[in-house]
Formats: sequence, structure tokens, C-alpha cells
Amino acid sequence: MTQTLTTGPRRRSAPTRRRLLALGGAVVLLLLVVAASLALGARDIPLGTVLDALTARVPGDNDHNVVLDQRLPRTVVGLLVGCALGLAGTVMQGVTRNPLADPGLLGINAGASLAVVLSITVLGITSPAGYVWFAFAGAAAAMVVVYGIGSMGRSGTTPVKLALVGTALTAGITSVLTLLLLGSTTATNTYRFWAVGSLAGRGSGTGADVLVTLLPFLAVGAVLALLSGRALNLLSMGEDLARGLGLDVRRSRILAVLAAVLLAGGATALAGPVVFVGLVVPHIVRPLTGPDYRWVLAFAAVVGPALLLTADVIGRLVARPGELEVGLVVALVGAPMMIAIVRRARLAGL
Amino acid sequence: MTTTAPPAPAREVLRTVRHARRRRTVLVCTVLVAAVLALAWLSLVWGGRTGDTLDYLAGLLGTGEGGGEFTIGRLRLPRVALAVLVGAALGIAGGIFQSVLGNPLASPDILGVSGGASLAAAFAILGLGLTGAAVGVAAFLGATVVAAAIYLLAWRDGVTGFRFVLIGVAAAFVVNGGIGYLLTRAEVSDVRAALVWMVGSIGTPRWGDVAVLAVALLVLAPFVVGVSWQLRALGLGDEAAAGLGVRVERTRLLALALAVALTAGATAFAGPVAFVAFVSAPIARRLLPTGGTVLGPAALVGAVVVLAAELVATHLVPSLEVPVGIVTGAVGAAYLLWLLATTDRREATS
Repeated sequence: MTQTLTTGPRRRSAPTRRRLLALGGAVVLLLLVVAASLALGARDIPLGTVLDALTARVPGDNDHNVVLDQRLPRTVVGLLVGCALGLAGTVMQGVTRNPLADPGLLGINAGASLAVVLSITVLGITSPAGYVWFAFAGAAAAMVVVYGIGSMGRSGTTPVKLALVGTALTAGITSVLTLLLLGSTTATNTYRFWAVGSLAGRGSGTGADVLVTLLPFLAVGAVLALLSGRALNLLSMGEDLARGLGLDVRRSRILAVLAAVLLAGGATALAGPVVFVGLVVPHIVRPLTGPDYRWVLAFAAVVGPALLLTADVIGRLVARPGELEVGLVVALVGAPMMIAIVRRARLAGL
Repeated sequence: MTTTAPPAPAREVLRTVRHARRRRTVLVCTVLVAAVLALAWLSLVWGGRTGDTLDYLAGLLGTGEGGGEFTIGRLRLPRVALAVLVGAALGIAGGIFQSVLGNPLASPDILGVSGGASLAAAFAILGLGLTGAAVGVAAFLGATVVAAAIYLLAWRDGVTGFRFVLIGVAAAFVVNGGIGYLLTRAEVSDVRAALVWMVGSIGTPRWGDVAVLAVALLVLAPFVVGVSWQLRALGLGDEAAAGLGVRVERTRLLALALAVALTAGATAFAGPVAFVAFVSAPIARRLLPTGGTVLGPAALVGAVVVLAAELVATHLVPSLEVPVGIVTGAVGAAYLLWLLATTDRREATS
């Protein structure tokens, strides 16, 4: 049924080789960032010690404890969240044909936040494994609302409209959240640390349970996202053309949106609302890959975590011995990038 | 439509139409003024003895004993007056934003201008430990600085609506990140104060506060009237407006500056009351027959919205002082969904 459009000998073309090289470079970069994330922080630990800790842990060694109990879980969470957000952003930009789609910008994170706070304050659910489901439900509901409303009308989805709907939804949800939080000091206290978006302490202790609970969802989401490349390529040519080329438009859309919800909801449940990663990653990647979504997705899965972990390491280094939360660093880095995109792009016609 | 009517009856028809429109406008404004007065009266007398209010008002006119000095004169009347002024200022500001940016969804509270006020106020409350008027000054500065930054960043041979909107959205998220940072670094008790401020509440103003805002509005009023005529020309498109002798870029800058001043002023006294700027002008436009810029009625609608929300907030939960912004936020979010679902037929984005 699926015929490859290219015929002839299956030889890797020059662009493909270049892309593979670039992808290899990105993976090396990611490994460097991971090493930095394990070694740097309030106290710098030499890479040799990090390796020792990973291979032969000496119980009671302070450095080994720091690496294995704090930095390793945090790095793993960073890898997962970064990968999820990068993929989710790419998929959403493809599905909405909107270069400014991002789980945070479109209010998906806010939907997840509201659902989590509701489950904590109203239903009294305290175990992360319990409210994870609400994060998914909230993310899905927000996605449906924003995308549904944003695509109504003759003009369909414009970047401006989607961004405004997402921001307005975030603003509305924020005031409802405030009402819920004003009633309870403990909820305020829990929520404010969650809401800023951070990797610290998210993968250890009770966080480890969340990690384990979420892993299958993130995995399914990632697989769905990576497989959606061809469909996104076809969708980018317009709905009619995609249908003419034999794509089941509705089914591919639903699958892609499902992937985005799983990834964005999971990432939000894990690290709190982190904006801009999903927005920026595809734009960093496209100059290397061209418009082919199969490549963009593969790169996004590598560049996303590299970006998030870099931001996390920066956050640890600039405010020693304290740290800046990764959500804040990403916002400070991502906003200028978004502004650059807006200033450069001819978005009005989209 | 296709039949050409003889000139005299045509003029007759035109005149009747114009008459009908003018009558409708006058009617709408009268009803709105009546609504403001009725709501104001209700706010004064609800939960007290009607006699007190009458006594006090009679005392003002010099024909009574002037009873109820404390409850009415010190507590309720300034509150009502501030609610009216804040509503009017935000209504006008929203109307200006929406017509300058050519987008029914744009408003200062969504585009990070009010967020700038919040960030500055949060810094003043949490970082510097300020209270009262100093917080208001900080909020005013915050709103102005963020608005100026958005304008400058959106500038590239002039400012187009979509660029301003999208960069405003980016600013809103950066500002949110900053607020999150401040909230995680402060004492929980202070955080509550900051949250209440940031959601917007009329509180218990003194007459001095009311007077300052009233004077500011009076000073700005002639400029608003002046610019509203040019905004109407701008609504025909930049080129048509230029043809009519409007200096497009200057008008846009002046109008936005006025709107920012109004927002910043209102926010300084009541906090960023969510969605008032967002909903007022579209409601006014819907009530009136002609469309276009409707700053006067928008101001009245704004006053009605804030007064009504304040009434609901005060009497909804008797034991809890609900900030007015929570009511407007929740109502505004619902209104947003409805607005988007219905107005799309005459879509005017980007």
C-alpha cells in the first residue's frame, strides 16, 4: 500500500549522510551535556569520580552519593522530559501547521496543572501516582479546547489565534488555581514549587514512583510521535493533498494529537509546566534537517533533552550554592528565540 | 440591493438608518449608565441598613445628619468609586489594544503588560517588603517597562498587530517565569499576600487613592477622545488611513501608550483584575449596531463588569474575602470560549 516515491538503488544520498553525521554530532553533544549534568552543580565532582560512582559505588562516599542519589535521577528526568517536550512540540507544530505551537504556549501545561491541583485540593489525592492521571486528563482537555476553538471559523488555525487562545486559557486557569490555593496554605506551598518547573528532586524518593508510573506513557507517546513523521510530512502539504496521496487524515491527526497529549501531560506531571522547549527545538533542528518531519522528529528527540539539561546545568551554575529552576532558565533562553522567530518569519500568511 | 433607488428616497433611507443607529447608541449608553448606577447602589446598601446610605448621601448634600459615615463614607463608597474607575480604565485600554492590533483577542492582560505589573509588584512585596502605595508605583513601572519592551522588540519598519501580539505572548510567559521564581523564594505568608495582589482586588481603598486615579483618568480622557477618531480611520486599513491623513505609526504608538497608561494606572490601585480589558470592548461592540471603535461604551461595560464581579466576590462566600479578579477571571475564561465559538464568522486576525 505504501509505495516509496523514490525508486532506484537504495544508496544513501549525500544529504542523508550529512544528516546522519549531524545526528551523530547531536548525540555526542547530548552525552557531553549528560556528563556535565552529572559532574557540575553546587559542588563540582571530577568526571573520574562520576565514572567510579557509576561503575563501582563506595557506600558512604559523599561524592558517590551525590552523583547517584541526586544528579543521576535528575539527569534521567531531564532526558525524559526534554525528549518528551521536544517531540510534543514538533508533533504539535506539524499537526497544527503552526510554527509557534508549544505545549506550554497553547495552555496544555496549564490544563494539566489545574487538574493536578484539583485532584490534590478537592479529591485529596496526595500520591503522585494518583494525580498523574489527572495531569493527562487536564492536558487532553486543554488540547481539545485550544485546538478545537482555535481552528473554528473560516480562517482555520492561525498562529496568532492559537497563541492567544492558549495564553487566555492559561490566564483563566491561573485565576481559578489562585482561588483553590488561597484556601490552603499547604497546597500553596506544594504548588509554588511544582509550578515553576524544575528537575530537582523529581526522580528520587517518591519522585521515583512517578517516574516509573509515567515511563510507559512517555514511551508510547514517543513511539507514536516518531512514527508520525510520514503523516506529518503529508499533512504539511495540506489536508486535501494528503488525502489524495492516500493518508487517512483524521486517524493520523488523532494519533499525533494523542502522542502530543501523552508526552506533554507526562512531562508536565514529571517536571511541572516548562514552556518554550517544544517551541524552540524544532526551529533549532530544521536548519540541519530540512522540512522532512521524520528527520526533525529524530533530531528533536536528541536536541530536546540536550537543551533542557543545558538549561538545568546553567541554572545550577549561575546561582551557586543555590540554583535557578530549569523552567525559569528555559523561559529566559526560549523567549528571545521565540522573538527572533517571530521577527524573522513571515507568519502573517500562515 | 441591485435596484437603484431614486436619490431623494435614498437620502431618506440613509437618514432613517442613521437615526436608528444613533437612537440605539444612545439607548445602549443610557442602559449601561443605569446599570452602573444600579450596581453601585446595590453595592452600597447590600449587607447594611438602607437608612445609613440615605443618611450619608443626604449628609453629603447638606440636608441630613450624615449618618453611616464610617461604613458608607469610609468603606463602601470609595470602593464603589474605585471599582467604577478601574473598570472604565481597563475597558478603554482593552478597546484600544483590540482596535490598534486588529485582533479581538488581544488585550493588555493577556499580552504580558498586566503581567509586568504583577512581576514588579511581586518583587516589591516579596523582595523589598513594601506595602501600600509603593507597590502600586512598582506595578505602574512594571507595566510600562514591559509594554515598551514589547513595542521595541516588535518594531521592524513599523509595528504590525501579529508581531506585537506574539511578542506580547512571549513576554507574558517570561514574566510568569519570573513570578514563579519570586514565589518560590519567599515566605508562604508573604506569598499569599502576593497572590491576592496578583489576582486583582479592589480591597479597601482610601479616598486619596480614588482621587489620584480619577485625576489621572481625567487628564488622559481628552487624548483618548482624540485618538479614538483616528483609530476609526485606522480600522479601514493602514493605507486607507494614511490616505485620510492619519499618521499611522504615530497614532498607533500614541494609542498604545494611552492604553498602557490606563492599564498601569488601574493595576497600580487594584492589581491586574483579569479579563476586564479583554471582555469589555467586545461586549460593547456586540451591543452597538455599528461596530468599529467603541471606547465610551467599553468604559461603561468595564465599570459594570467590575462592579458586578465585586458584588459577587463580596457576597459569594460570606466567610472568605474573595478577590474580585477570581470572579472576573473565571467569567472571562468562559466568555472567551463563547466569543471564540461565535465571532469567527467575521474573523479579523493578523
